[in-house]
Amino acid sequence: MSTVDAMGSGEYKFDSIRTLLAKANERKTGDELAEIAADSAAERVAAKRAVSQLTLETLRENPVVPYDDDEVTRVIQDAVREPVYERIKDWTVADLREFLVDENTTNREIQAIRPGFTSEMIAAVTKIMSNMDLILATSKMTVTARCNNTVGTDGSLSFRLQPNDPADNVDNILDSTREGLSYGVGDAVIGINPVEDSVGTTRSILDATHDFIEEWGIPTQNCCLAHVTTQMDAIREGAPADLIFQSLAGTEAGNDEFGIDVELLDEAYDLGQRQCTASGPNIMYFETGQGAELSGDAHEGVDQLTLEARCYGLAKRYDPFLVNTVVGFIGPEYLYDGQQVIRAGIEDVFMGQLHGISMGIDACYTNHIHADQNDIENLAVLLSAAGANYFITVPMGDDVMLNYQSTSYHDAGALWEIFDLGPAPEFREWLAEMDIWRDGTLTDRAGDPTIFT
Amino acid sequence: MSQLDPTDHDVADEQTLKRIVDRNPSRLGVGRSGARPRTETLLTFLEDHGRARDAVLTTVDEQLIDDLGLVKIRSLVEDKDQYLARPDLGSDISEETATELRDRCEQNPQAQIIVSDGLSSTAVEANVPDLLRSLQDGLEERGLEVGTPVFVEFGRVDVMDAIGEELGAECCVNLIGERPGLRSAKSLSAYMVYDPKRGAPTAKKSVISNIHEGGIPPIEAGAEIADLLSEIVEKQASGLDLREDDREFQK
Repeated sequence: MSTVDAMGSGEYKFDSIRTLLAKANERKTGDELAEIAADSAAERVAAKRAVSQLTLETLRENPVVPYDDDEVTRVIQDAVREPVYERIKDWTVADLREFLVDENTTNREIQAIRPGFTSEMIAAVTKIMSNMDLILATSKMTVTARCNNTVGTDGSLSFRLQPNDPADNVDNILDSTREGLSYGVGDAVIGINPVEDSVGTTRSILDATHDFIEEWGIPTQNCCLAHVTTQMDAIREGAPADLIFQSLAGTEAGNDEFGIDVELLDEAYDLGQRQCTASGPNIMYFETGQGAELSGDAHEGVDQLTLEARCYGLAKRYDPFLVNTVVGFIGPEYLYDGQQVIRAGIEDVFMGQLHGISMGIDACYTNHIHADQNDIENLAVLLSAAGANYFITVPMGDDVMLNYQSTSYHDAGALWEIFDLGPAPEFREWLAEMDIWRDGTLTDRAGDPTIFT
Repeated sequence: MSQLDPTDHDVADEQTLKRIVDRNPSRLGVGRSGARPRTETLLTFLEDHGRARDAVLTTVDEQLIDDLGLVKIRSLVEDKDQYLARPDLGSDISEETATELRDRCEQNPQAQIIVSDGLSSTAVEANVPDLLRSLQDGLEERGLEVGTPVFVEFGRVDVMDAIGEELGAECCVNLIGERPGLRSAKSLSAYMVYDPKRGAPTAKKSVISNIHEGGIPPIEAGAEIADLLSEIVEKQASGLDLREDDREFQK
């Protein structure tokens, strides 16, 4: 199929929907590295205009990776509810944008058409929305999910407590957990990235965090972010896991790089439904991030934003409790600087929520990217305004295991104060019992890890 | 990072707090000022990040490169910004550079030593002087012919494939600055490959990382790398191939 758009005196020709979608992206180094980005600012805008004129039907019928070649495409296409799709298939992408920002469109109207979307439709509309468009539309959507507590309710902003240790030392992990809890974080999950991807390490981390949660009666969930197969083995041996985690990619080839496929994820989901210690029903946790497919040479000529949307299309199959993009972790060859990281973060949370999944973000950066703590604090403020379900927090923003910086235990209290928000309802009650949270704010006791000894 | 005196603020159990702070590598027990960190905690964090950024953005001292007798070349990258955005360009050299290399360096060596700034010039400056001496001595003791050592500005790990191919080296080692963390900007890695050719997959590469005073000290690292390189030459394999070979040997 051929799409031509004229702009000013120049004329641009796009030989496929895949090419057009790539060129319509905001500037990202990853798309340039893949040699699929627009060659000029004028071409970028011409592509956006051409995208705005596409119908949702055209996007449905032109998945960026063919149906027969890719199981992620099949998962997304097969999940579409046809009567809902029939109602919206004649909309242009511009119509969809204007529907989302219309003051008469609320969460309910968005819910009504959501089952008719493919990930490509959601990616396309994102490309023609400004940052404030995205934040406004995200702020309308409420997506809740329940494990041992409930995230995403109106008035709440949750946080993952990430007490990583460079030696997987369980005592150190628990001390960092104590510190985080004393700042009121940890309602999304107490989730640890292990250094060593082994059943033994996974078991010891799950055991220790589970016992700690039981001892203090904390309404939250634990997770050890080893490879999904490692977690499954640990769970089969009896390890107490509330959530099962895996990183996702937006193509079958990308997931192959991660050592997973849909069959394996289905198996993990079934195991979790039977064996996870949480009450559920939502027991899956996924992480994603623009650029992951290209870094594994599995991008199939597709831009990183569209691939990211497809990750959410895949995630949706498993009704996850948590999904977050790890937006600044991948490096400057994919997202170059603070501006690109902030844009990608806003895009990702919008796309996740529009898919109807419980979406959060790891607003973060490494030391070789042109970004700093101010950039991710900006992003955290923007996405709290947008109504993201949760953020990641580490001690003073410094993860000494993964060697990157994210938002701090301290940032939770500040974001609650700025936006008049608080933790998840069940967790909030527990914090009040512990005298860490009272009358909508942290108490004098907050910030002292020794209250949990 | 400097620790605050835990007795500085009201805590339920000062002894316990001191124990937590002393044994934990994370920034714990730092207290707060309202919902924000204390000023000293914030400044320490900024200081550590500043040091990490400087390590990424500065270049290795020219005098040091001369003093070590390294032949200096450049990858296809033109400046630091391009280096960060284009790993593909940092992994190759131009035809002119290849010609220059062949003119100035010994050809067909058994072991080719390469030094790259990578993501930390600080790591190169802190470790390479001691490491290089220890590595060269170690390789000679093991009877390996060592080529003319090369310094690559804006080099990535895989630039050793291109250099090794052009010089006809049997194996290469690339001593390259690691991405700095907040705790240390001085960590260096040594990547090794047998029969270097452009496009050699990551799985064919062996690595010794965490080389710095607080990890594997540079002199010790030189001996370890020399051992591994002589094993690579002997078994004619590197990376996963070398490990698989080990497994067979154990059977």
